[in-house]
Amino acid sequence: MSNATPESTDAPSASSTPFDSVGAAGSLTHALGLLRFSTAGSVDDGKSTLIGRLLYDSKSVFEDQLASVQKSKINRSSGPIDFSLLTDGLRAEREQGITIDVAYRYFSTPRRKFIIADTPGHEQYTRNMATGASTAEAAVVLMDATKGVLRQSRRHAYIAHLLGVQHIVAAVNKMDLVGFSQDVFDRISAEFREFADHLGIHNVYAVPVSALEGDNVVRRSKRMPWFEGPPLLEHLESIPASVGSASGPLRFPVQYVIRPDASFRGFAGQLVSGTLHPGSSVVAMPSGVRTKVQSIVAFEDEPDSALPGDSITITLEDEIDLSRGDMLVGEANPPSSGTEFQAVLVWMHSEPLDRHKIYVLKHTTRTVRARINQIRYRVDINTLEHVPATKLDLNEIAAVDVKTTLPLFVDPYHLNRITGSFIVIDPLTNATVAAGIIERSMERRQGPRETAAQRKHSTREERILRFGHPAAAIWLKGRPRVAELVERRLFDEGWQVQLAGPNDFLSHELVTVAKAFRLSGYITVFCPLDDGTDQKQVVRMIFGPDSFFAVRITDDTDEEAVDRIMKVLRKWRDNYSLEPENGKS
Amino acid sequence: MALREFNLDLDGKDETVAAVSQLDHLKMLEAESMFILREAAAEFARPVMLYSIGKDSSVMLRLAQKAFYPGKIPFPLLHIDTSYKFPEMIEFRDWYAKHVGVQLIVHKNQKALDDGANPYSLGTQKCCGFLKTRSLLDGLAEGGFDAAFGGARRDEEKSRAKERVYSFRDSLGQWDPKNQRPELWSLYNSRHHKGESIRVFPLSNWTELDVWLYIDAEKIPIVPLYFAKEREAIVRGEQILLLQAGVRALPGEKTEMVKCRMRSLGCAPCTGGIRSDADTVPKIINEMISFRRSERENRAIDHDEEGSMEIKKREGYF
Repeated sequence: MSNATPESTDAPSASSTPFDSVGAAGSLTHALGLLRFSTAGSVDDGKSTLIGRLLYDSKSVFEDQLASVQKSKINRSSGPIDFSLLTDGLRAEREQGITIDVAYRYFSTPRRKFIIADTPGHEQYTRNMATGASTAEAAVVLMDATKGVLRQSRRHAYIAHLLGVQHIVAAVNKMDLVGFSQDVFDRISAEFREFADHLGIHNVYAVPVSALEGDNVVRRSKRMPWFEGPPLLEHLESIPASVGSASGPLRFPVQYVIRPDASFRGFAGQLVSGTLHPGSSVVAMPSGVRTKVQSIVAFEDEPDSALPGDSITITLEDEIDLSRGDMLVGEANPPSSGTEFQAVLVWMHSEPLDRHKIYVLKHTTRTVRARINQIRYRVDINTLEHVPATKLDLNEIAAVDVKTTLPLFVDPYHLNRITGSFIVIDPLTNATVAAGIIERSMERRQGPRETAAQRKHSTREERILRFGHPAAAIWLKGRPRVAELVERRLFDEGWQVQLAGPNDFLSHELVTVAKAFRLSGYITVFCPLDDGTDQKQVVRMIFGPDSFFAVRITDDTDEEAVDRIMKVLRKWRDNYSLEPENGKS
Repeated sequence: MALREFNLDLDGKDETVAAVSQLDHLKMLEAESMFILREAAAEFARPVMLYSIGKDSSVMLRLAQKAFYPGKIPFPLLHIDTSYKFPEMIEFRDWYAKHVGVQLIVHKNQKALDDGANPYSLGTQKCCGFLKTRSLLDGLAEGGFDAAFGGARRDEEKSRAKERVYSFRDSLGQWDPKNQRPELWSLYNSRHHKGESIRVFPLSNWTELDVWLYIDAEKIPIVPLYFAKEREAIVRGEQILLLQAGVRALPGEKTEMVKCRMRSLGCAPCTGGIRSDADTVPKIINEMISFRRSERENRAIDHDEEGSMEIKKREGYF
């Protein structure tokens, strides 16, 4: 910064402003664009202080905000101003002195605008770290010079790397507490580099700082003349921004169809990679139809090209079937199109992964149903070892197999962060339960043939995938109330269920009804009249003995009976296999 | 089952990260906001845009025009009118909605107004509760809206730094800051049950300066109160209050002509002006970059007690 002064600790004066080196307002847009970076850590290692210091020294803190911090009854720092109070936003955090959630901070220098995703660093906040890293181009891994490389530092570096952050900055903080010793810094940065190398991170910039006193944050420290690199902020200013590759393969997920009248049909979306201009050849996924871009339409002009990151609207030369969730791609290097892929999941919810549940999966603008039927291994977030696992809990990371009802058009995450990522949503609670990073597709067929397969009728396997279970019969003779309650409970829990009551069909129609429901994959709750005939065995044969449950009449209450049935059904669901059925008709 | 690697054949592995975008930061912000507006318009059954008449609303409205051009904006605007807004705001609102060609819904908590709700006898916190928070929740419920766009920015106030772009509200309209949905990449989760709703903030990543730079670059119309002018006002402590919309001088206070402008717009009794000579957008920008005080400083409601904005938001305030 041109207004940098030799003192590392000077307070902002009225005459110096964040932009006093910039004359005209017109030059205030930052040519280097935005840089998003993440930080992780806790109050102890001085992360909030570092961010507070960045905001303060880059003159991004307003006087009244500073006054409110100075007025506050809390000061956990040893200095006159507790910089961490500038950033810890929520009441609970201020009271407990911890940063719970992801917070976003903004500041600008004459060179560029920054967005900080500020996240807590404890293991139980892995999900928050992943959230912050998901949009970051750089990660500042903060280490305490008095403590060295801790598990938390490794964890943050690993998560940043996993989430595709390209530039890792190792900030060795609290150098004031170790007498600004070069030896300490060299030892810590060498240890961190070795670990980073092991992960495959080669872009590490290590910098010794004192956030509390301002050394090497914005201004070069006079007290560490042995360090010749630029201070933290200057380094962050020099990192190239990336929004996707203009020379990469074309990826344009259709987000919204604009139809003001019958004569205009525009396809709106944000260009992920590649470029588009009138005349560009495009292939529509999943139809495989080829056409050309007719025009790019914008509010006040007609741009002659679009670059990655642009939100655009285009028209096409041919009237083709194309809607939200579809994707326009190039003829060369199309994405993989398939319903099965391998991914790494970061589990984000207190309810653990249910391998039999049908989740909602959102990938670009496309939302499908999916099952995560296989956990290949779990990653121990502290040792980074792969360990076998049968379950996946909050804040755990695992490699899994995903199977979707409809094909997705995917790239591996390391090549494309947008077409390589997805979120998992619980269809009942609507909570976002996991973040997914695509490793590779396991497609069996390629693009156009996939659509031919889609035109075939749905199979039992596909129905099981959608419903989360195969067909079954529950035989509840003489307990109509239990039948109703069971049906309601199953329905509310998302099972595909139908009550076949005594008045819904005639007794001689039973076989037809049972066969129809079994074919459609329903859990069918039968509560036949007690008319002396016993058709139980017929229905049992139709559904197969493994999927037929007759409830014996005991003296339990209706609610107890429902609980008993639910328990048996859940166990049954957990044990069936997805293999094609053999022998049954 | 054959395991197939991806058939991407890039010249260099680092290609996807090395290419530097041509976009300057305003274009990046604009593109992101348009993405958010389209995403919500596509996924929600009945979205609405909360229109507060201020500069951020003006920017949000322009972004909506751009996002759906050449189509019309596919949702109405909703203005929560407390009846204490500056008359110039109302005049601007009606003109601009017509000019843009968008449907405008105005909602008032008429019952509270009939009962005499005002900031003087109720205090600002209660007055906001009745005329803004309650009125907003009623307005959203009446229209059956399941999503509401708001112009809030994360840089405005500390509690907003943790706000998601899609901010989930339960069936009572309340925000639970400890239990927010994680939000990764640009994959927004719009799913909700009947009665629940989601506030969508397309300007989350904009700063006050970004908003002004964009207004300048795009020549976006804004309420004239933002421009400095000699105005009849009373100076109360550090506040400059315009004698409009129910603002009364207290005994002993004298009115004077003050060259001032509004840095943010709210209700006249609770929004003070600042002394300024900036009467054009570039002058405002130049003034802004020399400012050392935050824009909400002149808003009485934020300073009721430490953390007061967070309390209002938990209750459903925007």
